[in-house]
Amino acid sequence: MALIDLANPTRFLAFAERALPWLAGAAAAAFAAGLYLAWFVAPDDYQQGATVKIMFVHVPAAWLGMAAWALMSLAALGTLVWRHPLADVAARSAAPIGAAFTFLCLVTGALWGRPMWGAYWVWDARLTSMLVLFLMYLGLLALWRAVEDPARAGRLVAVLTLVGAINLPIIKFSVDWWNTLHQPASVFRLGGPTIDPSLLWPLMVMALAFTLLFAVVQLAAMRNEILRRRVRALRIMQAQAAQRA
Amino acid sequence: MISPAGPSLASALAALLVRDLRLAVRIGGGALMGVLFFLAVVTLVPFAVGPDLALLRRIGPAMLWLGALLANLLALDRLLASDYEDGSLDLLLLARPPLELALAVKAAAQWLATGLPLVLAAPLLGLLLDIEPAAMGAVALTLLAGTPALTFIGLVGAGLAVTLRRGGLLLPILVLPLAVPVLIFGVSASNAAVVGPVPFGPPFMILCALTLVGLVVGPFAAAAALRHGME
Repeated sequence: MALIDLANPTRFLAFAERALPWLAGAAAAAFAAGLYLAWFVAPDDYQQGATVKIMFVHVPAAWLGMAAWALMSLAALGTLVWRHPLADVAARSAAPIGAAFTFLCLVTGALWGRPMWGAYWVWDARLTSMLVLFLMYLGLLALWRAVEDPARAGRLVAVLTLVGAINLPIIKFSVDWWNTLHQPASVFRLGGPTIDPSLLWPLMVMALAFTLLFAVVQLAAMRNEILRRRVRALRIMQAQAAQRA
Repeated sequence: MISPAGPSLASALAALLVRDLRLAVRIGGGALMGVLFFLAVVTLVPFAVGPDLALLRRIGPAMLWLGALLANLLALDRLLASDYEDGSLDLLLLARPPLELALAVKAAAQWLATGLPLVLAAPLLGLLLDIEPAAMGAVALTLLAGTPALTFIGLVGAGLAVTLRRGGLLLPILVLPLAVPVLIFGVSASNAAVVGPVPFGPPFMILCALTLVGLVVGPFAAAAALRHGME
């Protein structure tokens, strides 16, 4: 099915209804496998002990918090350039989910930081740039709430999303310059991962599980958003009819 | 030069610049409000951290930057709002000069009216925080290079917020996270001049780069926001 076919909300709804149970099943299976690997197979770290298990939630949440902004930037291009009718629905649905994953990353980071660094919050570069990302998500959601018409809100938010997409790498770079205490990137780097395979595999399975969870929640949220807009349109029509009568 | 089709692009933009500057300095404009606010913020600092001159000297550049950032933010609310209220923003949208250029000129006027006074006031306020003259020159230089970036970033926020009912409240929330890099490099360049083993050059040049990026990105994003928001 081409992307253009899904531009029709009714077709998209039918697709979402068919795809959701399968995706949800796959997500549940991936979580079962990932949690099993994380709890029973992955060894404790020789320095960090059992707290290293927090990584299996913390790292995928951080990835998805950033991936959601990337997805929203694509959707923003879809809104501004092609006026794709589902693009702003996708962005609208992805924003709270991305914010939630970012928040999860911050909370697990704080819980992990307490035993490791001795404080819930340290002004470390990576934590700080996630905090700024979280602030930007909240600003985006606030902008959405400030405009009544969803289509106009979608276009304004698309502009801010793209400005954010340009600025986020700059913020990341500048915060890295400002302070570095966190360990540097250890999975995606030139020369291969520095993380041991016994920890890497469970992490990858958990990342897959989180991605599938994201897909499930995103599809469901898009379906709900389409229905919500239909309800809004029907209410407006009803009110106009009542006014005429 | 006046061509048969009307004034040239340059004279139209120059007229816009002069108009905005006049409005800013005359009664009802808020050109020097920012400086007063800056002074008030810097005066509050010793009350918060204590009158210890050694401490004030150490955190002085950071406080000056923070004060300038907030004073800049205070003025942003009026950057487009008054033009939106009296309808001249609609004329700018319809006028022949590209909206991007017109907005860049408006941002330049805003900086001349509110940003530049902050830069000029900073050395005087530096005396209150016991910053040494040589270091103060460096801080003023970083403010000169960095505050235009804040205005251009703010232009995006103003473009997004101007059509909204509670836009004035939303504006700082949208703009502050984007100002993080400017604050970081502004303060690290200033600190490099005051104490630092780090050289002054690299952070200062990055600060200049941020201003240039802002000059490119800000007017385009703000124009897009206005075109989509003003329907």
